[in-house]
Amino acid sequence: MKRHFQFTAIAATAILVVTGCGTGGGASNYPSETVTYSIPFGPGGQSDVEARRQEPMLEEKLDTDVNITYKEGAGGAVGWTELVGEQPDGHFISGMNIPHIILQPMTQDDAGYETDQINPVAIFQGTPIGLAVPADSDIETMDDFIEEANSGEQMTISGSGTYSGHHLAFMQLSNIEDLDMEYVPSTGAAESIQNFLGGNTDAVFANSNDLVTYKEDMNILAIGAEETFEALPEVPTFQETGQDFTASIDRGVAVPPDTDEEIIQTLEETFLEIANDESVQEEMINEGFEPLAMGREETQEHIDQLSEEYEETMRELGEIE
Amino acid sequence: MEIIQEVLASLSQPFTIIYMIFGVAAGMVVGALPGLTATMAIAVMLPFTFSMPADTALITLGGIYIGAIFGGCIAAILINTPGTPSSIATTFDGYPMTQQGKPDRALITAAVSSGIGGVIGGLALLFLTPLLAALALKFGPPEFFWIAILGLTMVATLSSGSLLKGLIGGTIGLLLSMVGLAPIGGSSRFTFGFSQLQAGFELIVMLIAFFCIPQVIKMIKNQKDPTEQVQSFQQEKGVIGYVFRQVIMRPFLILRSAVMGIIVGIIPGAGGNVASLLSYDATVRLSKDQSTFGKGDVRGVAASEGANNAEVGGSLVPLLALGIPGAPPAAVIIGALLMQGIQPGPNLFEENGVLIYTFITAFILSNIVMLVLAIFGSKYIGKVINIPTYYLAPAIVFLTIIGSYAIRNNFTDVVTLIVFGLIGYVLSERGFAPAPIVLGLILGPIAEEGLSQSILISDGIGDLFVLFVSRPITIILILFCILSLLSPYIGKLLKKTKTQE
Repeated sequence: MKRHFQFTAIAATAILVVTGCGTGGGASNYPSETVTYSIPFGPGGQSDVEARRQEPMLEEKLDTDVNITYKEGAGGAVGWTELVGEQPDGHFISGMNIPHIILQPMTQDDAGYETDQINPVAIFQGTPIGLAVPADSDIETMDDFIEEANSGEQMTISGSGTYSGHHLAFMQLSNIEDLDMEYVPSTGAAESIQNFLGGNTDAVFANSNDLVTYKEDMNILAIGAEETFEALPEVPTFQETGQDFTASIDRGVAVPPDTDEEIIQTLEETFLEIANDESVQEEMINEGFEPLAMGREETQEHIDQLSEEYEETMRELGEIE
Repeated sequence: MEIIQEVLASLSQPFTIIYMIFGVAAGMVVGALPGLTATMAIAVMLPFTFSMPADTALITLGGIYIGAIFGGCIAAILINTPGTPSSIATTFDGYPMTQQGKPDRALITAAVSSGIGGVIGGLALLFLTPLLAALALKFGPPEFFWIAILGLTMVATLSSGSLLKGLIGGTIGLLLSMVGLAPIGGSSRFTFGFSQLQAGFELIVMLIAFFCIPQVIKMIKNQKDPTEQVQSFQQEKGVIGYVFRQVIMRPFLILRSAVMGIIVGIIPGAGGNVASLLSYDATVRLSKDQSTFGKGDVRGVAASEGANNAEVGGSLVPLLALGIPGAPPAAVIIGALLMQGIQPGPNLFEENGVLIYTFITAFILSNIVMLVLAIFGSKYIGKVINIPTYYLAPAIVFLTIIGSYAIRNNFTDVVTLIVFGLIGYVLSERGFAPAPIVLGLILGPIAEEGLSQSILISDGIGDLFVLFVSRPITIILILFCILSLLSPYIGKLLKKTKTQE
């Protein structure tokens, strides 16, 4: 039993640290205490892996402890709801995913936060979304795919989540080519890949890192990157195959609303320095990601532009009023 | 041959062995605490493994996984509260054994069957991975739906007494599982405008609420009632030998539990909880003498624990062969691989053969380490029940509140725990067993996602019915469901004809 109590004491201390009991300092001596880096997803996911990669560099550059915590639920909404209610002193920062933070408030009345409450600091990673069919399929190009989708037989496409990056890519493709297909959502990228590999759906929308991992088992028709994707140089972009849209899940970091500009600037510089680090970029490329380094202003413009674009697509498809 | 040499070389490093033992022991402690799960234990340890070499890191995390799944049975046996969802079925016969003053017998049974189940799971991982991975891909949405329905037919076995109350309990569980964002379609359900409810109710929190809180209230209420007292624990001689004979006399029971554990394990989405419940259910139904189940039957504990530790091996199959996690703790291990710079996926065996075979061999060894630790520990762990209620009850409540908060760092979960704990107490006083409610909570989302996806997929071929009957595994599962529903009547019919003769 003694062991139990020791563990309890450690757990209790950990919780006190995690919840950030203590007082925050002003902007001039930031950071004056442990910085909590909240991940709105579970441990071991891509957001976590990225944060873990940054952690030692953040600690060194900010000269303070960085504590990664998980606030999982409702596709990230629980974590972002917490973010917008936190103290704006820079000691609570959170991972931020696009398009999640745009689509959740757009499609749900009770998401718990609004997109403009998310105060972006930087974007450091992109995950272009690609469309793939099985390796042994007769469909070889995007043109074949569209022909097949128009042939009268209903095609099914697997993807991760509803009103997610994959769902949006599906909607944009359907809208542009005027196709009638069925989207089969799963509760995670791994489940959706499994559905596809098991032959349950005709095609799959998958993240670039999964496309790289499973490239032997699939024929990748096109990818939602803006230009040729470095890890898959032979795959055309949707724009090159004639569908004018991009699809990507971008990861960044954000702070609560009304955070002091000086603090945001410190964080922005730190995150951009890490994002521009050559070894970090090389690791990302090897794992199938696109290293990005977008500062605060650029990130905000990116969010605004995508918000407009998504709203138009959703309106045209009658998903929102 | 070269690969065997390299595996042995890496396993014979003293540090690797020390970390393995440490991992198993730490996992057992965390698993024993209600609310702290295997997933959490691995996640907490994850940062410490970064600085280790890849093989040591994987072995440590694997040890924690194995230890935590076993540890769950400790709380299940001693205080009638599953330490992790995997040991729900262990409470049915484990706790009655404690009430009779024989917690060591239950603990050692659990240790032996977990150890054997775990080793069988490990051997399957070592020799059958490519085969099992192909089977894993055969499980799609229709199979998920029907396996969940098969699970729901277990209500009959789990409702201890009144079938009607069991069905009502199961329905309550299903309804509670629907709160929050729909897995398919994304609409928010039963949130009544509270964004806190969007994430739904966390299974672990509900597990503590329905099992633990009512149990603690009962403990406090019955403090002075001599008829309700748990017999105090006195060490017996020869328990280990007794248990080994009991378990080894029933090779089919352990083998069947292990096979069920492995198969459920390779199915992503269904974890040790489903495995141990299905195995318990099968054991009860297939036994000639069912009268002692629920009253402290060794077979019940063995069925549950043999399955849930074999499930660990099964859940690693899709991870190692396909890069797809078979259970939530396996998902965290994927994170550990990524952070070691290893890309999990179809080429893992080819590119990192030595590492993977080292891991699997260590995995089998870890199960033996667990068996030894658990047998030696059971003497001391069993003494927990001798702690007076006025110490034990507040300690349990304190631990559960911390645990429920720590799962998602969410205060809403603490409120949920208290509210549903009180509801759970009222229900249990009225004769509603907690197991069917939790069963509904576990299987509701699996059934819903499976059915919704099946309907969407069937749009492609035109008919849901055609989709179901065109898949062999689905047909088998449907037949099992029918058998399971009819089995009480078939049993009665057989008895009737026998007496007539």
